[in-house]
Amino acid sequence: MSRFGRRQLWAGLAFISPWLIGLGVFMLYPVVASLYYSFCDYSVLERAHPVGVANYRDLLHDQLYLKSLLNTLFYAALSIPLGLMLALALALLLNSGVRGLTVYRTIFFLPALMPMVALAVLWLWIFNGEYGVLNVFLARLGIHAPGWLTDPSWSKPALVLLSLWGMGQAMVIFLAGLQDVPVHLYEAADLDGASWWSKLRHVTLPMISPVLLFNGIMGIIGSLQFFAVPYIMTPNGQPARSAYFYAMYLYDNAFRYLRMGYASAMAWILFLLILALTLLSLRLASRYVHYEAG
Amino acid sequence: MRAKSPIARAAVHAILLAGSALFLFPLLWMISTSLKPVEETMLNPPRWIPSALHFENYLKAVTYGSTTLGYIPFVEYGKNTLLLCVLVVSGTVISNALIAYGFARLQWPGRNALFGVTLATMMVPFPVLMVPMFVLFRHLGWVGTFRPLWIPAWFGSAFNIFLLRQFFLTIPRELSDAAVVDGCSEFQVFRQIILPLSRPALAVVALFSFLYTWNDFIGPLIYLSDQRMFTLSLGLQFYQSQAGGTEWHLLMAAATMVVVPIIILFFFTQRTFIQGIALTGIKG
Repeated sequence: MSRFGRRQLWAGLAFISPWLIGLGVFMLYPVVASLYYSFCDYSVLERAHPVGVANYRDLLHDQLYLKSLLNTLFYAALSIPLGLMLALALALLLNSGVRGLTVYRTIFFLPALMPMVALAVLWLWIFNGEYGVLNVFLARLGIHAPGWLTDPSWSKPALVLLSLWGMGQAMVIFLAGLQDVPVHLYEAADLDGASWWSKLRHVTLPMISPVLLFNGIMGIIGSLQFFAVPYIMTPNGQPARSAYFYAMYLYDNAFRYLRMGYASAMAWILFLLILALTLLSLRLASRYVHYEAG
Repeated sequence: MRAKSPIARAAVHAILLAGSALFLFPLLWMISTSLKPVEETMLNPPRWIPSALHFENYLKAVTYGSTTLGYIPFVEYGKNTLLLCVLVVSGTVISNALIAYGFARLQWPGRNALFGVTLATMMVPFPVLMVPMFVLFRHLGWVGTFRPLWIPAWFGSAFNIFLLRQFFLTIPRELSDAAVVDGCSEFQVFRQIILPLSRPALAVVALFSFLYTWNDFIGPLIYLSDQRMFTLSLGLQFYQSQAGGTEWHLLMAAATMVVVPIIILFFFTQRTFIQGIALTGIKG
């Protein structure tokens, strides 16, 4: 190696040295250890001892596990598409050359800044059965409102509603994507006499499809790990475990029941689920997503 | 797509105004509740605007003594949160800037492979790391201290490395080459040329890590046990009584105090913020 090459090597290693430790100690080691624990019976208080695939097998027969998984999938299946649609609709409105763009954008984005815990306690108050302002509103409109957080069939929709309020990040990303669509494409479409709908369908959506894909994947990653809000709003997934989510059961197994092996097995299944859904989106995307050359 | 006709414009404004009202209402309701006397929080139909502004609710909230839980040291929580934010933000900015420089501006064998591994680690969700990290920190005797919450920040994180590397790559090579010819060491190039030119990207990293630390719930929940060491996010739940009888006006006052600093920070850094988020989406 030349003197210059050696110098670059040592300098390079010196600059990234914090990451060699970070990657090893806080990433690679935990990943390997977690995989190992997932095949062990481990309470932290005693040494881990291997039990083969027992944890994974037990999970298949664990009713509470299956319930938490289904709850999570239900929440994701509602909150991701609805959130994307709302975020895109607002971004389209904001991108229509309207005056006061920054003011509107700020208002729609503010909830996304809030700490999850503050968001959760605020909505506990809004959904409150006795004095909650939401039901007062609905009553005035003549709607007999459900007890949002006390009725097992409404607890998940209530949490979806709350997640829509916090879609600001996706909206900002959509807006940035929309602003990057070259104006000449719309001008060409106008010359052809294209309608609003066909411009949306044939110009806007293909041009922002990479951003749509990104927001979709972020939605998958976020909603499958939904934790802080239900931890505060629906402790133990009450009512009737209807709002008991995957990450809550995982946390309870690890830190309440000290079943670290079982929790690690859950974490790995979650990882594989996220990976599978992400790859599926990418696969679907390769058919529909349009990347502008250059 | 632009709305051209006046009718279309008016319709867009009408929808956006209605939407804004819906989005702002919960925040305004939080502030309104926080300023009410306790009786007015429990009226049906509700009272939209407090009869008088009870700012003393805020004072009560920071010295709150719940009958079931005892005194809630809100001011301590604020100090703990700020301390963690300072430690995490400085660690994140310093470590990731150094690491990203090593990936972006220096040539060394194995660099691209290591960068690939770095990107791949972004896929690993937190729950996978959660258990072994807890076990590790327990062995080190760090559980129950702030250390698990800030020390890892000093050793880089994949997302920030990626963000800064992309930015460093855009700085013309000639600038650093000229400095090297003039006898600058790599560290001087980093310190005196790259860092000053990268302020916008560093600001994004600093801002996001501040927000993350301020808002973090699960980290403090796992590692902190002494109530006096809690952060604002973790402490806020104490105002809510599981048994019913939550004092909503005080809870809303406390929640407002947790949210307002973030909103103020956002107003001062709006451009950086919006650009940062857009950047993560477009380049990501």
